[in-house]
Amino acid sequence: MEYIPQILFTIILIGGIGFFAQNVKKLSRNIKLGKDVKINDNKKQRWTNMAKIALGQTKMVVRPIAGFLHIIVYVGFVIINIEVLEIVIDGVFGTHRVGLSVLPVSLYGFLIGTFEILAVLVLASVIIFWIRRNIIKLKRFLSAEMTGWPKSDGNIILYFEVVLMCLFLIMNATDTSFQNLDSGNVVSQFIAPLFSGLSKGTLHFIEQSAWWLHIVGILTFLNYLYYSKHLHILLAFPNTYYGKLTPKGQFKNLEAVTNEVKLMMDPDADPFATPAVGVEESEPEKFGASDVTDLNWVQLLNSYTCTECGRCTSECPANQTGKKLSPRKIMMDTRDRLVEVGKNIDANKGTFEPDGKQLLGDYISTEELWACTSCNACVQACPVSIDPLSIIMDMRQYLVMEQSAAPSDLNNMMGNIENNGAPWPFNQQDRLNWTNES
Amino acid sequence: MSNEMNVPTMASLFAEGKQPEVLFWVGCAGSFDDRAKKITKAFVKILNKANVSFAVLGTEESCTGDPAKRAGNEFLFQMQAVTNIEVLNAYEVKKVVTACPHCFNTLKNEYPGLGGTYDVVHHTQFLKQLLEEGRITMEGGKFKGKRITFHDPCYLGRANDVYEAPRDLIRKLDAELVEMKSCKTRGLCCGAGGAQMFKESEPGNKDVNIERTEQALEIKPDIIAAGCPFCNTMMTDGVKNKEKEASIAVMDIAELIASADDL
Ligand code: SF4
Ligand code: SF4
Repeated sequence: MEYIPQILFTIILIGGIGFFAQNVKKLSRNIKLGKDVKINDNKKQRWTNMAKIALGQTKMVVRPIAGFLHIIVYVGFVIINIEVLEIVIDGVFGTHRVGLSVLPVSLYGFLIGTFEILAVLVLASVIIFWIRRNIIKLKRFLSAEMTGWPKSDGNIILYFEVVLMCLFLIMNATDTSFQNLDSGNVVSQFIAPLFSGLSKGTLHFIEQSAWWLHIVGILTFLNYLYYSKHLHILLAFPNTYYGKLTPKGQFKNLEAVTNEVKLMMDPDADPFATPAVGVEESEPEKFGASDVTDLNWVQLLNSYTCTECGRCTSECPANQTGKKLSPRKIMMDTRDRLVEVGKNIDANKGTFEPDGKQLLGDYISTEELWACTSCNACVQACPVSIDPLSIIMDMRQYLVMEQSAAPSDLNNMMGNIENNGAPWPFNQQDRLNWTNES
Repeated sequence: MSNEMNVPTMASLFAEGKQPEVLFWVGCAGSFDDRAKKITKAFVKILNKANVSFAVLGTEESCTGDPAKRAGNEFLFQMQAVTNIEVLNAYEVKKVVTACPHCFNTLKNEYPGLGGTYDVVHHTQFLKQLLEEGRITMEGGKFKGKRITFHDPCYLGRANDVYEAPRDLIRKLDAELVEMKSCKTRGLCCGAGGAQMFKESEPGNKDVNIERTEQALEIKPDIIAAGCPFCNTMMTDGVKNKEKEASIAVMDIAELIASADDL
C-alpha cells in the first residue's frame, strides 16, 4: 500500500509527458507540411542569434517595462523549475526533500530561498501583466484579433503562474520540518503563521496537497502549451535559430521564375519547340501562396512561435493609420489555418481531405495584403524573429501571378514597367531629358 | 544651370575606352519625377564639383523591378533584373551609387542571385566617403543652427541598416539634428513602399504620410531631410496638407549639401 502514491505519481508523470510528446509530434508534422527550405548556413551566427534573442531576450527590452517584467517571469520560471527535479525524484522514490540528503543544508537553503524570492517577484510581475491587459487595457492587447480565445489564453497563462507560485510558497510554508530547519524559508516563514492554528495532520495534508497540485499543475501547463500562444517558450529557440540572416530588405528570388525567365531570354531557346515528352504533363509550379502548405516550414514555425504580443502590429504603419492589416493577425491566421489543416489530417487517417477553405480569403483578405508597405517594421519589432512580411509577399505573388488579381492601379504600373521600363508612362528614350532641363 | 552639368553616359565612355570610377544609377523617379529630378541634379553637381569620374546608363537604364517585385510580380521583376544585369555586366560595372533606396536595395541584395554582383552604395554613404577622403568639403553656413530632422527611408534603414551616414552628413552642416519620436530602427514608413506609391491606399482613418508628417511637426523642424525620392514626395505632400510649406522645407541630403555649397 505504501507504494501507491509513488505508482500514482509515476503514472501521472509518464502520462503528462507522454501526452505532451504526442502533441509535439503533431506540431512537428504540421510544420513539415510547409515547403522544404534548406537552412544549414552560418551556424555560428545562428547560435549566436539564438543565445542573444531567445536566451538573452535582447529584443524584449526595446520596451523597457514589459521587457524587464518579462525577464523576471522568464528567469524566475526557469530557475524555480529546478525545484521540479526534486519533486520528481521525491515523487518517484517516495523520499521527502531529497535535496537535503545530498546537499549541505546551507546550500539547499540558499537554493530554496532563491526560488522563494523569485516566486514572489514572478507573482508581482504577473499581477502587473494582468493589470496591463485587463485594467489599463493597453492598446496592443485590444485589437480585433485579440478577442475570444486569444484574449482568454493570455489571461489563463497568468492565472496558471499565480496558482503555481502560490502552491510552491504554501507547500514550503506548511512543511513543518522545512520551517524548523529555518534555512531558505525567506518568504514562506511569513506565510507559515497563517496556518499556525492548524493541527500537525492538517498541515501535513495541506503541504501534501500543495505538493501534488504543484506537480499536476506543471504537467497541465506543459500540455496547455500546445493549445496556446505560450508555445513560444519552447519554439522561440528554434525560431530565432532559423530566423532570417540576410538584410531585411532582401526578398528571396523565386527559383521557378528564374528558370522560366532564363529560358525566355535565351536566344538559343526555340519558343515554338514542342516541349520534351513528359514536361507537358508535369504540373507547373504554383507561384506564391494561397494556403499554408504553399508557405515554407520556417514560416509555419513562425506562426506557432508567435506569442501574440502585438509589438509588430503596434509598429505597423498601415495598422496605425486604421487599415485592416495587422501583422500579428497574419501570423495568428496562418497558425489557425495550419491547426485546422492538421485536425483535418488527423480526422481523415493521415490524409488531407479538401475542405473548400484556404488561408487566402477565408482567413486573410486581399484588403489586408494590399495595405502593406513592406516597411519591415513588424519584422524589426518581433522579439522572436518572426517575419510576417514574407507571408504577405508570398500571398501577393499568388494574387498577381496566379490570379492576375492586383488592384488596377498596380496593373497600370506593371504595364508601364513592361512596356517602357518605368512605373510611369514615360518613354525609356527620354531617360536623359533631365540633363537638358533647367 | 543645366549646361554646368557634365553627365557622361556609359556608352560614350565605353566608346572612348574609358571606365568610370562609379556608375550613377538614376532610377525612374530620379529620371522622370519633377521633384526627384532636382535631387538627381543636385547630386550630379556635387559629383562634378568633386571631380568624381562617373557615368549614367541613360536610355539604357530601365526600372530595377522593385515595385513589380513588392507588388508580387516576381516574373516582371526578374525580367527587368536580367535585362539590366546584361547591360551592367556588358559595361563591366563594379561600383554603383544611387539616390534611391529602393534601387539601392534591389541592386545590392536581389541582383547578385541573378548574376549581377556589384558594390552598391546609397548616395549618402558615397557622399560621406567623399567627405572623409577630403574630396568634398562642407560648411554649414546656410544651415547653421537650423533644426533638421532625418526621416529614415525603410529601404535604407531597417532594410539595410544604414542609419548613420545621412545623419553624419547633417551634423557636418553645423545643423541641429533633431530626432522624431520614432526614428532609426523604429522609424515610421512614409507610406510609399511596397508599391503603395502607385495605388490608392486601403480604407483607414488617415494616410501614412500624414501620420509621419505629424510626427515630424511635433519636433518643430526647419527642414525635414529625406534620402529617398518617394519619401520626399510623401513628406512634401504631408507638409502641404498641413499648410506648412512656407516654414518647413523637405530636402534630400544631396540637395542640402549642394545648396550649402551654392551649387
Ligand atoms: S511590413 Fe507591412 S505588415 Fe509589416 S509593419 Fe510594414 S506595413 Fe505593416
Ligand atoms: S509576430 Fe512577433 S511581434 Fe508580432 S505578435 Fe507575434 S511574436 Fe509578437
